Amino acid sequence: MQSPIPSAALAPAERAVRMLGGDLTERSLRLHLEGLSGVDAVGLEQRAAGLGTRSIKTTSKAWALDKIIELIDLTTLEGADTPGKVRSLVAKALTPDPSDLTAPRVAAVCVYGDMVPDAVAALGAAHGDPVNASGRSGLVSVAAVATAFPSGRASLRVKLADTADAVSNGADEIDMVIDRGAFLSGRYGEVFEQIVAVKEACRRSDGSYASLKVILETGELTTYDNVRRASWLAILAGGDFIKTSTGKVAPAATLPVTLLMLEVVRDWYRLTGERVGVKPAGGIRTSKDAIKYLVTVAETVGEQWLQPHLFRFGASSLLNDVLLQRQKLSTGRYSGPDYVTLD
Amino acid sequence: MAKDIVPSDLAPAGATGFLDYAPAPESTSILHLQKSYGLFIDGAFVKGHGRPFASISPATEKHIAEIATATPKDVDTAVAAARRAYDKTWSKLSGADRGKYLFRIARLVQERARELAVAESLDNGKPIKESRDVDVPLVAAWFFYYAGWADKLDHAGLGANPQALGVAAQIIPWNFPLLMLAWKIAPALAAGNTVVLKPAETTSLTALLFAEIVQQAELPNGVVNIVTGAGETGASLVRHPDVNKVAFTGSTAVGREIAKAVAGTGKKVTLELGGKAANIVFDDAPIDQAIEGIVNGIFFNQGHVCCAGSRLLVQENVHDEVVDRLKARLATLRLGDPLDKNTDIGAINSREQLDRIRELSDIGEAEGAERWTAPCVIPENGFWFAPTIFDNVSTSSRIAREEIFGPVLSVLTFRTPAEAIAKANNTPYGLSAGIWSDKGSKILAVADKLRAGVIWANTFNRFDPASPFGGYKESGYGREGGRQGLAAYLKAGK
Amino acid sequence: MARLAVPKTYKLYIGGAFPRSESGRTYEVATAKGAFLANAAQASRKDARDAVVAARAAQSGWANATAYNRGQVLYRIAELLEGRRAQFVDELRASEGLSAAAAAQQVDAAIDTWVWYAGWTDKYAQVAGSGNPVSGPYFNLSVPEPTGVVAIVAPQGSASEKPASLLGLVSVLAPALVAGNTVVVVADQAHPLSAISLAEVLATSDVPGGVVNILTGSPAEIAPWLAAHADVNALDLTGAGELEWIDLQISAADTLKRVVEPEPGVPARSLNRILAFTETKTVWHTKALI
Repeated sequence: MQSPIPSAALAPAERAVRMLGGDLTERSLRLHLEGLSGVDAVGLEQRAAGLGTRSIKTTSKAWALDKIIELIDLTTLEGADTPGKVRSLVAKALTPDPSDLTAPRVAAVCVYGDMVPDAVAALGAAHGDPVNASGRSGLVSVAAVATAFPSGRASLRVKLADTADAVSNGADEIDMVIDRGAFLSGRYGEVFEQIVAVKEACRRSDGSYASLKVILETGELTTYDNVRRASWLAILAGGDFIKTSTGKVAPAATLPVTLLMLEVVRDWYRLTGERVGVKPAGGIRTSKDAIKYLVTVAETVGEQWLQPHLFRFGASSLLNDVLLQRQKLSTGRYSGPDYVTLD
Repeated sequence: MAKDIVPSDLAPAGATGFLDYAPAPESTSILHLQKSYGLFIDGAFVKGHGRPFASISPATEKHIAEIATATPKDVDTAVAAARRAYDKTWSKLSGADRGKYLFRIARLVQERARELAVAESLDNGKPIKESRDVDVPLVAAWFFYYAGWADKLDHAGLGANPQALGVAAQIIPWNFPLLMLAWKIAPALAAGNTVVLKPAETTSLTALLFAEIVQQAELPNGVVNIVTGAGETGASLVRHPDVNKVAFTGSTAVGREIAKAVAGTGKKVTLELGGKAANIVFDDAPIDQAIEGIVNGIFFNQGHVCCAGSRLLVQENVHDEVVDRLKARLATLRLGDPLDKNTDIGAINSREQLDRIRELSDIGEAEGAERWTAPCVIPENGFWFAPTIFDNVSTSSRIAREEIFGPVLSVLTFRTPAEAIAKANNTPYGLSAGIWSDKGSKILAVADKLRAGVIWANTFNRFDPASPFGGYKESGYGREGGRQGLAAYLKAGK
Repeated sequence: MARLAVPKTYKLYIGGAFPRSESGRTYEVATAKGAFLANAAQASRKDARDAVVAARAAQSGWANATAYNRGQVLYRIAELLEGRRAQFVDELRASEGLSAAAAAQQVDAAIDTWVWYAGWTDKYAQVAGSGNPVSGPYFNLSVPEPTGVVAIVAPQGSASEKPASLLGLVSVLAPALVAGNTVVVVADQAHPLSAISLAEVLATSDVPGGVVNILTGSPAEIAPWLAAHADVNALDLTGAGELEWIDLQISAADTLKRVVEPEPGVPARSLNRILAFTETKTVWHTKALI
């Protein structure tokens, strides 16, 4: 016989309390998540495919290409990463195309936690929030993956230390992974508590918080119903962004999964007026694909989401393809990989 | 759900550069049209003896080409050609060879797909993304599917060695001009019949391009004949004494006339007529997909679809949420140039049809239903009607009973499955219906009780050559598609 | 002086590639009159093993392609074969000693056989499936599905059996593919050239690699390994009449493979050949409003 749903009290995360009421328990969370409307996979994928057929030309395309760059978390997450590699990544983030200085800077560089000091040092004065009152600041943030990325298989103590370490070293954004094992076995409360705790670990000494991106690793959740539940869960627990993937598991970001997560974010906004960000990561390599994501954002949650506080691409090779397309638009002929820098 | 956020909050910002996608018009340069088109009889284009008429683009009202009118005498010539072809060549060919001709046609359609799509959108007004991604691929699929049947008729379900009927008179509507042609011609030819087909007056163009394909496929002369003209041409074709089969797709009123005209003549008849489909949304529906399905159900092809989900039946406890979300979604639809790849809603096919949609919509308003129209800019020229929803429609309202054949959705509510079924069936029509629910047993039980020929569950407006299509009650009789569609052109062997 | 011809090396066809036999063996293929024609690869049990792995890897993709898509792919084989008609006529004349007319007739029949089976992909389930009026509140539908990997011994020309190496091969290969099975086929041992040329057609058509795997060599040597292979779902012994085929059948029974018994000559086109390699799946689902 299945054990009864535990009724243990959960940490009173502010959003969850607002949505589910004050006496937040594992049971109330589970009932809420299980009560979400289902997803029909065929219909979702057809809608995503339909959005993918939108055709973007000339001026819209130039706008879109620059927008993609501004939304990129330029990423290096390799066991072989070195300070030199990170410096080179930062250089690319600051000057994506040395032959065309009109190319905008990316939103952030995304590195492992121990590389944060190197990224911060390399950015120097250019380190900061890419968005300011006038829109674009020209600054670049530092994002760090944490919580025993990518598997998440470590004790909460280690995950929190990992997070706090990155934040104290100057990370502006933390990309955490959820415990997929706990989620798939129905221990939603555990996943929830971990996100709440990591969020708290994002707190800086001055009381401000590093922005928290919650990676669902949709490739391991496998069903769209799970993706919807995990998205809600991550938002309820206080995530500033919901992110598809670590990039280490296939499939990583797909258009249908991103569409579904945008629909959750849209529904959250309809309910609360509060905007949550979305970050598809992994597998988006071409401008053509990235434009499909922009279209999907614009037609699902609206164009106001196309800014670095609400949408990011987690990518590495995408940037160079965008630069090649930019060169094509400005010169009228196709460019080649020898005309963008390798980093 | 909370209603403090109005749907327009989620509508695209519009004014900024991105969502006003730069125009992406499909090039018309691949299309080589003639100034005027004759009738296609006995393998050649010939002059019609009636007064020619102009085919115009409904999006711009610009002249496209001059189309011939077939007189009763022309119809006579066409039927005689079809009879000759039937007697002398087509009925003597092996099924395998008939199949090979149909495979050729399927391939030629695939090869000329883009050209046909452009012509269809130009002449009919439907968005290029629909003609390109739905109509024309289905045309090829239809010929491909029935090509395979031509030498397998023993498996068609009529026993061994079934026989063709002879000459088929086929009359098709303007909403899916080339697709309806394929639905008619492919099974008829596979079964061994020859045909005389009359396209709708406002959309003859792709049928005439198809005649070129028939020539390129080297189909024997007279096997396919195409006569253009208005209702009188169709009437003389239906009444022609040497016709063995009448297949008609169009309005129930004309279908009724045809059924009367052929009474006692021994002609076999299939009719695919109007509809007023219920699209039933239960409270356990996959909500975002249901919204897409509602949109696709009624706004696909500007609602010029006989099986359109024109009556939205929503479970009362989710009515507000569904309507809210629907309005937000409709605000992202793009109405405009049918040849623009980003257009979702094209032009209404004719002024006459536009007038009818306007008239019925005004009646709906007068009868007290709540009218909501999607915010969109209507082009100056051409025939246009913005996507429109009528909420709080009563079952007795005319917009809940009559086929509008346009982008107009009537929203009604129900409380229990039994009520949904009763309301869905409460119409003289019975072509199609939709059911939205995550619960399989409910879907199957409701589907069982609906009096309609096609039931879509968690999808809408899906078509496939392998799937029979056709209506109950005043939506007609006979089926097109699948084995059943083949049987409509066969009789049992002796 | 007449131009010196460039003869072709005939290899195996496994997983969409053309390897030599891993054993390094070849055997001589002779004309009808006994003159040397070419060397063919002599497949080993390990080649058969590799072919089964390739077929299994390709199976779900092929079965999950839409029926319409499979039909178009099979029809495309006919189109390409038609374009290389002359090559096959020449090969059959040399290999089987046929007249030009007889060779052409065989090639045409092979092309038409592809067309015939291509038309079945989206129809056989309509003919063989059923909605079943069971008692009670249930939806009940039976549909045929592919059985999996099919191993085939193609018809073998011999002293007593007039060869028809291309038509024979196509007549056993095409029906097995219709439903979505993938195939490992052992070609006519004495007349293997047109089988490998057909593989070249398949490789340049839209047939995914691994869907068809063609082995040349000795059926007596290879068939027992295929009959016993646990990852083969069905065994078509059409061309195994001269082998110890009852032993093969017994061996196949170990894993309860579906078996088609030997048949002399070229098998006629039939729906039964398609259905021999299908399973019927029946789905029950409740129907209730409450």
